[in-house]
Amino acid sequence: MKKILVSSFLFLAAGLIQAQVPAPPTDVKAYDTPDDAGNSISIEWVMSADDKEGVVTGYEILRSESPQGEYTRVGDAPRGTNSYIDSGPQNGKDYFYKIRALSAAGPSDSEPSAAVQTKAQWFKRNRVNGLVALLLLSGGILYFIRKARSGKEIYIRKIAGIEAVEEAVGRATEMGRKIVFIPGIQDMDNMQTIAGITILGHVARKAAEYEAKLEVPVSRALVMVACREITKQAFTAAGRPDAYKDDMVYYITDDQFGYTAALDGLFVREKPAAIFMQGAFFAESLILAETGNYIGAIQIAGTAQPSQLPFFVAACDYTLIGEELFAASAYLSKDVKLLGSLKGQDVGKFLMMAAILVGVILTSLGVYDLSRIFTVR
Amino acid sequence: MRREVPLIITAACGFIFIIQFFIPHPPLNRIQDVFNDWVNIIAGFAIVLGILNLLRVNLNKMSKKSKGWPYALFTILGLLAYVVIGLAFSGGRSFQNPGTAFYWVYINLFFPLNSTMFALLAFFVASASYRAFRARNKEATLLLIAATILMLGRVPLGEYLSGWLPSGWRLADLSDWIMDFPQTAGQRAIMMGIALGIISTSLRIILGIERTYLGGD
Repeated sequence: MKKILVSSFLFLAAGLIQAQVPAPPTDVKAYDTPDDAGNSISIEWVMSADDKEGVVTGYEILRSESPQGEYTRVGDAPRGTNSYIDSGPQNGKDYFYKIRALSAAGPSDSEPSAAVQTKAQWFKRNRVNGLVALLLLSGGILYFIRKARSGKEIYIRKIAGIEAVEEAVGRATEMGRKIVFIPGIQDMDNMQTIAGITILGHVARKAAEYEAKLEVPVSRALVMVACREITKQAFTAAGRPDAYKDDMVYYITDDQFGYTAALDGLFVREKPAAIFMQGAFFAESLILAETGNYIGAIQIAGTAQPSQLPFFVAACDYTLIGEELFAASAYLSKDVKLLGSLKGQDVGKFLMMAAILVGVILTSLGVYDLSRIFTVR
Repeated sequence: MRREVPLIITAACGFIFIIQFFIPHPPLNRIQDVFNDWVNIIAGFAIVLGILNLLRVNLNKMSKKSKGWPYALFTILGLLAYVVIGLAFSGGRSFQNPGTAFYWVYINLFFPLNSTMFALLAFFVASASYRAFRARNKEATLLLIAATILMLGRVPLGEYLSGWLPSGWRLADLSDWIMDFPQTAGQRAIMMGIALGIISTSLRIILGIERTYLGGD
């Protein structure tokens, strides 16, 4: 009797365990991942009907080169997910996928997907909106550059920080003290650094004309090379090539706070009359600007780091805010082509404002799909 | 030619980078990595230039006994000592590993010095805030009010002072509102201006209109 009871219990338990094997995932779809360089297949499936805690523990993604062939595991997906991107396949070959639902009771495989191939795409369709925006903005800028070339006068609003460059250089000359130009702490692959050193060209030329002493301590060796070339050309253009010395532009260190310490020391010891900080700055911005403020230097800062702008505004006499940093070279050169490009930027601003307005109206009306056209991926 | 060649290279690289943003097909998809490798290689050579320049400038200062020449001496000694410790006393290629002399200098000298410089920021924030928040005009007064709400809203004192107010009007809520709306809106406006500025400057450089970075007109 006891044996019969134990056997019945084991039979029932086995039946229960059998019942715990999850239902297989269904409707497995595999397709070439769009807008990429190939070697990638996206897989989607309908999750197992038993996809719940305690039953399905996860999914395995299996791949084969023939529908009835041997499937090998290429990845895992946690419970509750229904998609996976396989980045292993080769371009131009047929692949089949199965999804295996895992559970303590055992696995359960889906039917194989249809054959799928992957290949490199020629265009990222999800960036069409970016291309349209780029063409519109570039077109606007080029139109106004052309217009400026034709001799039509262009009105550009004044920017106090740029107007003050001459004042700062003049003041340094009168006081017989140095002008220090700091082109930020990033390398030549940063647009802010390039914008900063274009301003250096104009400051150096003014310094050469006024016979003021200029010093450019830099934190990147490549920036040093570029700054030297610019300063040398500026002195030559001002008719004072003899006044240029290589040592005006010198390298200190790549280290952020090592550079800051060296500059602070320079400020306190040499007490420059004018300090230009133009480029990419981070935590050192306020340390430098406050030290410059403490020694009474006239300070003109400019950066496109939004988080550092309040510090510069608080501690410097003039601050070029964001886009003004990129516009400064055009303002200072007075070159009509460059000024024309600034006017083109205004067209861009107008387009952005219009896009924001349209987006706000659409979202307020509950039309969310249209507002997604502004998302660039 | 001295001017034309860099302009042609710049224009070609600029256009290639714009195109590769929209075309994922090989070989364009690998161009960014290739260029990044080139930048790293060039920067590797450039650092030698930088170190040589550092030595030359500081040796000049010392030989001329310029103002502050002891700092120049200290800079050279520091540079040479760190190089010698790294090369000769730190176990060769594993010089950066814990337990080496190089690592010891990094942890016990370099790191504290860096932290000290960073810590100065706290004092500079206080002095800059004092200047910025003086209610000299309408804008500065607004800034003062916003900053006061923000500062109080982020500390327990704010909750203590305004806990009796209805939800949404407490200092913490007001400070969140300032950060989420006026601050975010302002910052986004700046970011959009920056994006336009970068596009415009890039175009000027690619088209060869902006040449100051090459040393002039």
